[in-house]
Amino acid sequence: MRYSGFRVIAEALTGHKGWKPVWRDAAPQSEYDYIIIGGGGHGLATAYYLAKEFGQARIAVLEKGYLGGGNVGRNTTIIRSNYLLDGNEPFYEFSLKLWEGLEQDFNYNAMVSQRGIINLIHTDAQRDAATRRGNAMIMHGADARLLSRDEVRQMYPWLNFDNARFPIKGALMQPRGGTVRHDAVAWGYARGADQRGVDLIQNCEVTGMRIENGRIRGVETTRGFIGAKKVGVAVAGSSSKVMAHAGMRLPIESHVLQAFVSEGLKPLIDGVMTFGAGHFYVSQSDKGGLVFGGDIDGYNSYAQRGNLPVIEDVAEGGMALMPAIGRVRLLRSWGGIMDMSMDGSPIIDRTHVDGLYFNGGWCYGGFKATPASGWCFAHLLAKDEPHKTSTAYRFDRFLKGLMIDEKGQGAQPNLH
Amino acid sequence: MIIYHPILGPRDAQEFVYLGDAGLIDRPDGMTAGVKAFHDYLYNRDNPAGEHRELWYHEQGDRSWLVVTRDTVTHEITKVELARDVARARGRAK
Repeated sequence: MRYSGFRVIAEALTGHKGWKPVWRDAAPQSEYDYIIIGGGGHGLATAYYLAKEFGQARIAVLEKGYLGGGNVGRNTTIIRSNYLLDGNEPFYEFSLKLWEGLEQDFNYNAMVSQRGIINLIHTDAQRDAATRRGNAMIMHGADARLLSRDEVRQMYPWLNFDNARFPIKGALMQPRGGTVRHDAVAWGYARGADQRGVDLIQNCEVTGMRIENGRIRGVETTRGFIGAKKVGVAVAGSSSKVMAHAGMRLPIESHVLQAFVSEGLKPLIDGVMTFGAGHFYVSQSDKGGLVFGGDIDGYNSYAQRGNLPVIEDVAEGGMALMPAIGRVRLLRSWGGIMDMSMDGSPIIDRTHVDGLYFNGGWCYGGFKATPASGWCFAHLLAKDEPHKTSTAYRFDRFLKGLMIDEKGQGAQPNLH
Repeated sequence: MIIYHPILGPRDAQEFVYLGDAGLIDRPDGMTAGVKAFHDYLYNRDNPAGEHRELWYHEQGDRSWLVVTRDTVTHEITKVELARDVARARGRAK
């Protein structure tokens, strides 16, 4: 079924009897050409593009829980391509361009809203860094604008401009950045993949990998053995657990990142705002809640919930920037598990096992990468060579000294 | 989280800085171990879901390094040792 305005009207006039389930609840077959482990945003996008753009068939997505139950439904929905380094910026700009055409492409309303993102500046040194970053973005075909203090004041007059420690001196803006309804991204990709014959298999946890003579033969699951010619792993958060089945140790630590939403307010913030110096960022949902977050908790964690000290820290950052929210009540907080890599950048690469491919290490930036990650991973799976925008995301970059370290923190994952 | 410091007793985890897997104590000799071994030491991690031995630094306290055994799923801490004692038990001079 194709969704359209006409369809909504037709269904409204006929009692909404024509709507069908958005995807089949498939049972596993005995063998596939491609198995994607992980039914989150990246796994579903990979399956979708494998079928649609690379013409592949006999594809299954294995998900241990339900589709979109992990980080794709736990993030703060921001999309942007404001990176500095050559290894990153072309990839994220490719992703942003895919976001711009996504809803027409998979015929699903993902509420892509390019409401603009600003990164606040407090010092001359920060302005220099922002200028350099903005120029790097423009050189790679993205958009960037340096805002003066007055321009920021025009947008958000109620910010604390004269904070003694971090007075606001301007901002770097990416007008094409914004937000997307994150659950709808998972659902849209799932529906698009299902329509192209992909089996989406839920409640199917991978418990082992069958590897013979250095080649993958399939995966052991809670629903039996499933054979495959190629297996792609896209399970960020649990990457170390799954890849241990292939005997691999990864340059990754799992950490919990929290996010928060306040009670609904009248329109206050029409874009996305980051206050890096205060470890705080915020946007406002269409329902009116302030959606915000800050740092990871800082120690290895597989608990999908965080602890109170970071909640306090994030709230302090928010109050420093926006004293007006002092009496706003917090509605919910939640946590997701991040693959924190050793240089803060992801990995999309082959492994030492023929036919086994890996996609992970997204740190806390995986959501905005979803379309390009899926596209590039599908490219790698189908053609056995990396897409031109993801050539730098290799396992051996640490061995060769080719790290992509945007923050320059070194091999200290909790600081990225 | 409360960390039961072997010398100072129960301390809030907020007083500490986290470094990571306690395997970082076993630094290979960069000159003799070779690039691969040093790469594995510096970049690769077991990253288990469950019991994890890890290094915490009591920065806002007595500045000692601790080896904390903690469950990464429940955050339950089952053992706290001075990293100095652990390192010596593994044959390090200090």
